[in-house]
Amino acid sequence: MADSATSLERLAAEAAGNVRAAADPHGADGERVTAVNSEKNRPLYASRVKVYPKLVGGTFRRLKWIVMALTLTIYYVTPWLRWDRGPSLPDQAVLLDFPARRFYFFFLEIWPQEFYYITGLLILASLGLFLVTSVAGRVWCGYACPQTVWTDLFIHVERFFEGERSARIRLDRSPWGIAKLARKAAKHAVWILIALATGGAWVFYFADAPTLAADLMRFDAPAIAYISIAVFASTTYLLGGIAREQVCIYMCPWPRIQGAMFDEESLLVSYKDDRGEKRGPHKKGTSWEGRGDCIDCGQCVAVCPMGIDIRDGMQLECIQCALCIDACDAIMDRVERPRGLIAYDTLNNQQRRKAGEPQRLSILRPRTIVYMAAMALVALVMLVALVNRSTLEISALPDRNPLFVTLADGSIRNGYELKIVNKEHRERIFRIDIEGFEGAALTRPALAGEEGSTVIVGIDTLQTVKFFVSLPADKLDRLRGGEGMLTFVATDIEDGTRAERTASFRGPVQ
Amino acid sequence: MTESSKNEVDDVTGVKTTGHEWDGIRELDNPMPKWWLYTFYASIVWSLAYWVVMPAWPYLSTEGWTYTEGVIGYAQRDVVTREIAAVTAGRADEMQRIATLAPEDVATDAALMEVALAAGKAAFGDNCAPCHGSGAQGSWGFPNLNDDVWLWGGTLEDIRTTLAHGIRWEADDATRQNVMMAYGRDGILTRREVADVAEFVLALSYQPHEAEAAGRGAEIFGEQCVTCHGADGTGNRELGAPNLTDAVWLYGGDRASIVQSVSNGRSGVMPAWGERLDAGTINALTLYVHSLGGGE
Repeated sequence: MADSATSLERLAAEAAGNVRAAADPHGADGERVTAVNSEKNRPLYASRVKVYPKLVGGTFRRLKWIVMALTLTIYYVTPWLRWDRGPSLPDQAVLLDFPARRFYFFFLEIWPQEFYYITGLLILASLGLFLVTSVAGRVWCGYACPQTVWTDLFIHVERFFEGERSARIRLDRSPWGIAKLARKAAKHAVWILIALATGGAWVFYFADAPTLAADLMRFDAPAIAYISIAVFASTTYLLGGIAREQVCIYMCPWPRIQGAMFDEESLLVSYKDDRGEKRGPHKKGTSWEGRGDCIDCGQCVAVCPMGIDIRDGMQLECIQCALCIDACDAIMDRVERPRGLIAYDTLNNQQRRKAGEPQRLSILRPRTIVYMAAMALVALVMLVALVNRSTLEISALPDRNPLFVTLADGSIRNGYELKIVNKEHRERIFRIDIEGFEGAALTRPALAGEEGSTVIVGIDTLQTVKFFVSLPADKLDRLRGGEGMLTFVATDIEDGTRAERTASFRGPVQ
Repeated sequence: MTESSKNEVDDVTGVKTTGHEWDGIRELDNPMPKWWLYTFYASIVWSLAYWVVMPAWPYLSTEGWTYTEGVIGYAQRDVVTREIAAVTAGRADEMQRIATLAPEDVATDAALMEVALAAGKAAFGDNCAPCHGSGAQGSWGFPNLNDDVWLWGGTLEDIRTTLAHGIRWEADDATRQNVMMAYGRDGILTRREVADVAEFVLALSYQPHEAEAAGRGAEIFGEQCVTCHGADGTGNRELGAPNLTDAVWLYGGDRASIVQSVSNGRSGVMPAWGERLDAGTINALTLYVHSLGGGE
């Protein structure tokens, strides 16, 4: 199995050969003749070449460690945080309770009809992504994406059991023996444990964590819990352990989309070829005149988790994790040259350097200002909606079949389904009245079970209750074209808060 | 588009292009990863296995169109049957309580009442709606169950009896029974007398009428009609005789309809559901009909 350095040379040689062949496939100028469409020159499918990233230390490696620690801690720990909401409600801080149809997030409680809060959050997240990408490139891909974080973690595990880059390459090339088997088995075992923990953490967001954890241990949990853990464990293991960079290169849509979010002022991980070329080996003590700073050590290629050469320029595969910056800076320190041969650089600054103009950064520019303004607007709208969220709502649905009923004394009766929503964590008693419809009487089905027009609504519930409104025969003239309007009012008998809803009243067309 | 044999090499990546060009845009001919190809093959194998194991392909046989059923005999209909059986079994306890408790007692248990009303509504749609309408509003000749007018009584017990034994349902011994004679057709009254008594009925129900004919009709009413309809025309629930003074008419309250009713008589029929539906469903229907707004 070839390692990435020599396969890179092989690819380069192939490319060079292809150039010559394309220039003259028929060999008129004495070059070797090659077929234009032969399989040798155009492989349909290529075997994956395994990438062995080397460990590097530096600013950006430290930054990645911090982001990894933060994101993984949040992911694994959050389901275990508690938040007291009273005796009859769950005490988990973050809980997506699908059977009861409530999303709990610390002090917030979202009902299904309030899902637009999540929509708002997603819009904020998207705008935030656009903003960050237009300023600093693929920050998501390089630092925060779950694929990157878990792949990074899994490569660290692999490095722990199998050694540094050259040791890993040697191990893969060596024949199978007890030692190799033991190392590989241990690595895969730890990968599977991490994957199971990841799947486990996932299901804890959807059920009370301590209860579900105990049930899982006793093999008493619902089947869907085990199935979910199995699915997430296998995808974590496959995508983070086996597929790794193949996900970013072939499966994920973000690389393709992120490329559209840069502009000429975005800070992107780049190799400054104006400073680095001409590249070549450098003997200690010799001059740096007339040549570039790049000594062709290949360290930037060795540390890259995607297996690319950043010196080829901007490419889809580069997730801009900036590890090559750390690698090159370390080498530059050793050869006593300034750091920043590979650095976060903008396209405009590259042009400016070539033209001899002073460089500048333009973080606040129309694009970023528009993104920030949009985010502020969305955040404001959501805040206003949140502050004005009412804990009492009423809706009135008139019966449509039949529209109205004629009673023995000639009066007309309409039926209504009132739905009273109580979002507070206490039981409330409401009195129902009608307004704006003089002479009408409010009644309930004979077996209603509650006195008069009071309705008891439980904690955090929607209560459906049936009411009838009757209009005496002598008042039917107030219906225009067979229709009138009235207002239902629900009043909390304790604190007097009220909610109202208008509804139509139907009768025969006079 | 240029000729397809022109395979240029992109000088940035060193990769050949496919040779085609669209408005200056060319496509690099990078090889696809082999794992993608193997995943694709695996999905084909999976499909073939699926066709063998599960119901898959329709085909035309000697008996008409049918389909390959798969070796494990899986069928969606079986799944549905099992689900319905599971739901019925799950509700068995509650339906048992609804069947054995008196309807008034079911009404005191809010949760059980919810089940009873839902079961009643479902059963109503399956059994009663063809005659009484989907919203129980009835039509000519079929009573509106929403209103407060009852021919045979609107208490829970009355409704239950009507449901169980029907009205004029010959196969049931305990059915509700009465007959309104065909006064005109059978020659009991002359046409003039029928017209007069109809005029009196219009007067009873506060509709516009001819006073002189109504006066003559009052006498005829007193002889022929009061035995069932009562001295003041307010009806008799034991005999299923309607209240002629209210605003609700089963067969129409205008002059022509009343003449029709008196001339040809009326004897509406309702099936006895006690044989066809179980006790729990009957009780659920009782509670449902009672809750429609006219229950007493």
